[in-house]
Amino acid sequence: MYKIGVIGDKQSVSGFLAVGLSVFPCEDLEKAKETLQKLIDKNEYAIVYITENYCKEMSQEFEKYKDSQLPAIIPIPGMDGSYGVGVGRSKKAVERAVGVDIIYGNQE
Amino acid sequence: MARMNVNPTRMVLTSLKRKLTVAKRGHKLMKDKRDELMKQFLELARENKVLRESVEKELMEVYGSFAIASAVMSPQLMSEALMYPTQGVDIDVSSKNVMSVNVPVFAFTAEEAEGANIYPYGFAGTSGELDSAVKSLSRVFPRMLELAGKEKQADLMAQEIEKTRRRVNALEYVMIPRLTETIRYIRMKLDENERGNQTRLMKVKDMMVQAALIERRKETEKALEEYH
Repeated sequence: MYKIGVIGDKQSVSGFLAVGLSVFPCEDLEKAKETLQKLIDKNEYAIVYITENYCKEMSQEFEKYKDSQLPAIIPIPGMDGSYGVGVGRSKKAVERAVGVDIIYGNQE
Repeated sequence: MARMNVNPTRMVLTSLKRKLTVAKRGHKLMKDKRDELMKQFLELARENKVLRESVEKELMEVYGSFAIASAVMSPQLMSEALMYPTQGVDIDVSSKNVMSVNVPVFAFTAEEAEGANIYPYGFAGTSGELDSAVKSLSRVFPRMLELAGKEKQADLMAQEIEKTRRRVNALEYVMIPRLTETIRYIRMKLDENERGNQTRLMKVKDMMVQAALIERRKETEKALEEYH
């Protein structure tokens, strides 16, 4: 049995409490990184959602766990909207597999 | 293409030939695997794109309704209302094998308390906006889970495709040319040896014939002398 974690600024993530996820409000980037590492080390969380305002600065962490089965670290938009991190990540995956991006290409 | 550093013998030639057949078959298999992976990956990536866009849109709506709720209610009341969730979500992770890539499959079970609803608070102190916010969030949630699974799968498959492609290229542009080149080299060398041997034999035979001729001539001369 695994749990689902949500990391982000308090405003965005407090709602997720209501549906039963484990919510970790963090007020700055350092704290978010720390929390993420803690969750990963605990090995109890299969999915960790992170709001995009934090994960745009966390590409290193994303790279590191990209090829492992668990956990899935997934960016979600925060209160202040999407920065295109999630889309960018999928775009990178396509680029990695195909060589060029042929799916997200004509969006921007 | 550089050939391998081997002894040009018949035995090495046979083993290299065998290696070449294996390499060729491996190359074909890898190529097929890459193509199929690619096909499935692209399908997945397209689905993923649509899913992410819609989840992001829905989440923004959810945030909007939470914002409205928090505007109506005091922050203390709001965090108090959300503090104790009625349902805990656990997810089961099994793994699925897609083209020899092990991808996790997430299935969630919501443990709800008996007869409880999704709202973790009494209705007295909270506003209706919060209800609709929570409701729409719980509706988006399964799709967020699906998104997580799909994105993870896409990442893992991308990795596998990269690996397979590298193998295909290594076989096609390094292994196979090198083997072919080496086999050609050994064959040439062996042929050359064969020709060398042939000429040597011919030469030896010439010399022997010559010697025999001289011998015969001597015998004839001797016989002639005796006759005279």
